[in-house]
Amino acid sequence: MLAVDVAKRLGAFQLDARFEAASGVTALFGPSGAGKTTLVNIIAGLLAPDRGSITLDDTVLFDAAAGINLPPHRRGIGYVFQEGRLFPHLSVRQNLDYGRRMSGHPSDADAFARVAALLNIGHLLDRRPRMLSGGERQRVAIGRALLMRPRLLLLDEPLASLDAGHKREILPHLLRLRDDSAVPMVYVSHIAAEVRRIATRIVRLDHGRVVGEGGPELLEDADVYVPE
Amino acid sequence: MLGLSPAEWTAIELSLRIAVVATACALPFGIAIGWLLARKEFWGKTLVDGIVYLPLVLPPVVTGYLLLISFGRRGPIGAFLADQLGIIFSFRWTGAALSCGIMGFPLMVRPIRLALEAIDRRLEEAASTLGAGRALVFLTITLPLALPGIIAGVVLCFARALGEFGATITFVSNIPGETQTISAAIYTLLQVPDGDAAAARLVLIAICIAFAALMASEWFARRAGMRFQGE
Repeated sequence: MLAVDVAKRLGAFQLDARFEAASGVTALFGPSGAGKTTLVNIIAGLLAPDRGSITLDDTVLFDAAAGINLPPHRRGIGYVFQEGRLFPHLSVRQNLDYGRRMSGHPSDADAFARVAALLNIGHLLDRRPRMLSGGERQRVAIGRALLMRPRLLLLDEPLASLDAGHKREILPHLLRLRDDSAVPMVYVSHIAAEVRRIATRIVRLDHGRVVGEGGPELLEDADVYVPE
Repeated sequence: MLGLSPAEWTAIELSLRIAVVATACALPFGIAIGWLLARKEFWGKTLVDGIVYLPLVLPPVVTGYLLLISFGRRGPIGAFLADQLGIIFSFRWTGAALSCGIMGFPLMVRPIRLALEAIDRRLEEAASTLGAGRALVFLTITLPLALPGIIAGVVLCFARALGEFGATITFVSNIPGETQTISAAIYTLLQVPDGDAAAARLVLIAICIAFAALMASEWFARRAGMRFQGE
């Protein structure tokens, strides 16, 4: 269970958000500039909020009052970025293995094979990121985050940089991930159709504030948010 | 071989030793200063920047003289190092390595700094979310991505160290077998009536070494570049 209650000022923008995310996929849904990426960066530890607290299960990740701010590498949170951010000097296999190596977990061939099969990337292992298509790159990025055995997985518009064909290619993998793995996920998107398909719970964000929380039915009327 | 006299061989061996030691000792400082200048804002940064590049614009004789009065046996730093740590620079090959390292330093720092500035910081963020602390991020992401710049810096510094003349001869003089490098030996040979042939041999050697260093760096740079290009 993730509990977030934070505030952060960035220039003229004020983020002031409070929400909880349990198992399944919690979508952070809202238009561009609503503060979604800022919020996931804060959860990951890449950005420190001005005040508030963040807890994951029984671990305090951030608490302004108590002066606690765990650095990103000690949070155990997987993060799939919008642009993949694969390491260009490492092969796909080394990219996938990076989180496990850095966290000091022993090598686990079964987990590796399972994730490679889940995301259908077994045939790409010896390539460099530059040789991959956008969709393949994003699948590797998801695999890399999964293989660090995260306690929580953040996905920041993982489909946004892909064309329609590649979106259709990734979405089934994400649905399988949701149904097969026990890792809770926070999924950021501004596209209602995408969120309706994948989310089990929706947190609506606008102008840095939570303006609604609920199940997928929350988005019945949400097609006002047209993808740019 | 090549009709070189033992004295000429000594000069060649000394040149290579001085250049290798100067470059190797400069490298950690080069990476540290390059990183500092590329990544950190601090009071006096412009001053540090200026001091690093000073040997590039000062007359080498001036740099050599400054080394002499600070690192010489009676200079404040030289006296301290000699008395406390037993490290003596004046009129030793180590002093030649020091002056060569300082002369090559700006050429080493610049490409390293540019390479570090060009790195996508978001990759380092990604590495930190994957469990890598700051030191591990630096070792596994930052350094490998800056490798082409580091290679360029090493080559430029090595070339500068190999050819350094003015600062070295001012600081540690021109002692055969101790501080007489190829450049200094050529200079000495040209001062004596029948030294032309020997000087020509050393000139040829200097060209060969420079060329070999260039080829080696090209090879390393291509290998480093290939790592980014795919299979």
